[in-house]
Amino acid sequence: MNDPAPKRPSLAVWLPLGLFAGFLALVVVGLYWPADREVSSTFIGKPLPAFDLPPASDERPGLATKVFHEGKPRLLNVFASWCVPCAVEAPQLAALAKQGVEIDGVALRDRKEDLARFLAQNGNPFTRIGKDDLSQVQIAIGSSGVPETFVVDGKGIIRYQHIGDIRTEDVPLILRKLAEAQ
Amino acid sequence: MIAELGLAMLWMAAALAVLQLVAGALALRPATAHLGGVVRPVAMLQGVLVACAFAALIWLFLSTDLSVKLVAENSHSAKPFIFKLAGTWGNHEGSMLMWVTIMSMAGGFVALIEKRLREETLIATLAGQAFVSLGFYAFLLLASNPFTRLAEPAAEGAGLNPLLQDIGLAFHPPTLYVGYVGLSIAFSFAVGALVTRDVGPAFARAMRPWVLGAWIFLTLGITAGSYWAYYTLGWGGWWFWDPVENASLMPWLAATALLHSCSVLAARNALRTWTVMLGVIAFSMSMVGTFLVRSGILTSVHAFAVDPTRGSFILALLAIYIGGALVLFALRASTVTEGARFAVLSRESALVFNNVMLCGILGIVLVGTLYPLLTEAMGVKVSVGPPYFNPVSAVFAIPMFLVMAVGPVLRWREDKGGRLTWSIAIPALVSAAALLAVELLFAPINLLPALGLTLAPGLAVASLLPMKGRNLRRTPLPIYGMVIGHLGIAVALFGMASEGAFSTERLAAMNPGDSQQVGPFKVTLAAIDPVAGPNWTALEATVSASYAGGAATVLHPQARTFANPPGNRTESALLTRWNGQLYAVLGEEGDDGRWQMRFWWKPFVPMIWYGGALVALGGLLALLGRVARDVKRLVAIDKIAWRRERQGR
Amino acid sequence: MNTMIKPKHQRLVLIILALIALIGAGLLAAYALSRQAAYFYLPSELAAKPPEAGRAVRLGGMVEKGSIKTMPDGVTINFMVKDDKARVPVRFSGITPDLFVEGSGVVAEGRMEGTTFVADNLLAKHDEKYVPREMKNMSTEQAKAVIAETK
Repeated sequence: MNDPAPKRPSLAVWLPLGLFAGFLALVVVGLYWPADREVSSTFIGKPLPAFDLPPASDERPGLATKVFHEGKPRLLNVFASWCVPCAVEAPQLAALAKQGVEIDGVALRDRKEDLARFLAQNGNPFTRIGKDDLSQVQIAIGSSGVPETFVVDGKGIIRYQHIGDIRTEDVPLILRKLAEAQ
Repeated sequence: MIAELGLAMLWMAAALAVLQLVAGALALRPATAHLGGVVRPVAMLQGVLVACAFAALIWLFLSTDLSVKLVAENSHSAKPFIFKLAGTWGNHEGSMLMWVTIMSMAGGFVALIEKRLREETLIATLAGQAFVSLGFYAFLLLASNPFTRLAEPAAEGAGLNPLLQDIGLAFHPPTLYVGYVGLSIAFSFAVGALVTRDVGPAFARAMRPWVLGAWIFLTLGITAGSYWAYYTLGWGGWWFWDPVENASLMPWLAATALLHSCSVLAARNALRTWTVMLGVIAFSMSMVGTFLVRSGILTSVHAFAVDPTRGSFILALLAIYIGGALVLFALRASTVTEGARFAVLSRESALVFNNVMLCGILGIVLVGTLYPLLTEAMGVKVSVGPPYFNPVSAVFAIPMFLVMAVGPVLRWREDKGGRLTWSIAIPALVSAAALLAVELLFAPINLLPALGLTLAPGLAVASLLPMKGRNLRRTPLPIYGMVIGHLGIAVALFGMASEGAFSTERLAAMNPGDSQQVGPFKVTLAAIDPVAGPNWTALEATVSASYAGGAATVLHPQARTFANPPGNRTESALLTRWNGQLYAVLGEEGDDGRWQMRFWWKPFVPMIWYGGALVALGGLLALLGRVARDVKRLVAIDKIAWRRERQGR
Repeated sequence: MNTMIKPKHQRLVLIILALIALIGAGLLAAYALSRQAAYFYLPSELAAKPPEAGRAVRLGGMVEKGSIKTMPDGVTINFMVKDDKARVPVRFSGITPDLFVEGSGVVAEGRMEGTTFVADNLLAKHDEKYVPREMKNMSTEQAKAVIAETK
């Protein structure tokens, strides 16, 4: 045990590190390169497709494209009563609505009574709620799941797409995007 | 109040971890060696504080405190008690806190009891441990605080994913976590030993109980996870080579190799560099596994709580720890002196062979798991499944099983071939008989199941041979552990091969009153009724099954619908006999009013999990034996110290 | 005969052994992967360049409206999977996932038998945020619909 250590620098000892570096490179590419954002970003800067949805609830009118051309930036929120993250983001939407942001909703494949329960439980920040039973609007605006939120400027152009629930820390970002869309 | 208290304790524990790291690092320099004295108490205190913080979180979940964000997002007041408890760690933040808790408590425990290592090495180990924990503290406190309050308390919680509302899955992740964390201790020992150039039997003996403990939990976790997938997914399979499953298998393979090389180092002072390397690999595999599962980088049927940003954080930690350890290894490996020598025919050689084969399988699984990522970077989309994993891992597994049959009867250092004739002949004869039976009675069977059916009985007999000529009462527990562990592998192998060779499936649309023949069973659909549970409703089929014309047993497969949050889950029904399992799944109602039913008869399939349980039991016996011996030794040392002190007076 | 390996050689032998195993595992894996990995096809790709019969592949696309036909046995279904250029007949025996409906997206695992794709498994996910990785870069409207619908 007390023999002098054999000083034989061998390349083999660096091999594990090399393999590990290869692994890291691979996962970094996998994690960041085909990012989800690229798919969504293709719709930014494009006009909102034309649609006219019937009301999804008794409390609010339906939703048509023309309201997005009235000159004021608005939020378009795609949600559903059966979607858990949608309930999680409800307080953030309520906070945005309290600050005067107009939010229109698209309720996806929902039932009237489920929606009423959802709105009673989580609050109703929406000005209008359109009923999208066939996911036509969802598909047309390139939304890949619920919830998603779009910032649309006063001329009906999509300015920003937020995938997933809006967390507390995302609220300033949304407000900034709305201000930029003025 | 409780939430704030928990957060405060977490911060204090993190501060103590910094202290532990700094003091430990400084203590390695002769000028500041006296700082080493604080490392042990600090490690213990840190463990206690984190445990209290975790207890605080459990309390918040049990009392469903909806002013806490994490509780509101993951719990529901109408949930059964056990799932409120499991909700604590059934989410990202809670599971990270649990990880840190187990890790720091283990570190504190090492500080409390470890007396064999040189003090210097132990301090380096604890400093390494603090370094690893710090990354997770940073993750928790900066990016995923579990104690965040909501501005306004929620009216009701959002509930827990229905798939997670299952008793098996509630306790499955923590089992794996304990395993992963145990490997982090082994990692710290390896780093400590590298830092102080103190790689020897004492290091292996200090590390071994932790590796054994981690390995037991990993074995249990994988076994339970496999059974869970088997009965909840409703697909009849028990292993899908899914990324999440592979993520738990890879650390197990590495830990198995580490366990065996550890015993060589402890007993014979050989395989020094190799053992250190495996210590690093085993922990890397648990980090890689966690990363693959959490980041959602690979598509999986079991992926929950996937979040790429969290993935980045784990990846950064992985890069720092493993990259750092590998650099340290590369710098120090040539200064670790050569261990004791051994002959080609010796137990050491068998264990080296086992290690190499296990690492081969590990490489195969890792490459197969990452391959879709690699091709995707080149623009081709693929998925890798059983057609790759089964035959390719068998190429390494089968030679390993053969050596495993002989290895335990070999002598350390050097053995003579002539002594072994019977030890090889008996299992070989048993296997030959099995082969004959397979070929004559059951042919044609696919190659791999046939090989499994041939090898398993021989392996079972071989695993018992080390008991030959031993006094059963005097045999040390670790020997029992080895024998039972190896027997467990043989039993599991038999179950897998039998499932592959003899399963029969029956898929049919049935009206109530219809019957089907499934293997030896006659199954009759009696009725379909709605039923309700605490937080779900379900359609329940009543199926009576009679084995070979015997008395009927009633089965109730269900299709459950959950309300909070909404979701569906099939609840398969199982009928277990000594020689196999009948598996029933209820599908949908067809247009003509008939119900889709799916049945499997799987002979001896439970042996897969019995085998896994035996392996874990073997590990437990070995651990008990080691710990009992260590405790005896500690008591003896204390007695001598006490006597000396008295004489000194 | 002394079979004891010399200490100087022992380490070398161990390193070489480990390297051989590592390289062997790598080569074996590479070889097997090139043969056994299941490639992902869109209907138009499958029509243009079908994989050899019996080879495991995945097929992803939309389930054509009105195409699902249940066979008399009650458990086998035939349907068409299409994209904007081609349609492929698919046969599947088993219990379909809850969200498998006409007009929705589907990923089927299976193999070609003649001109029919025989699926062993239909992939579906109950998670509303799930998008199969393989579909992320599909560019047509159809692809987006698949993404939106495959849950």
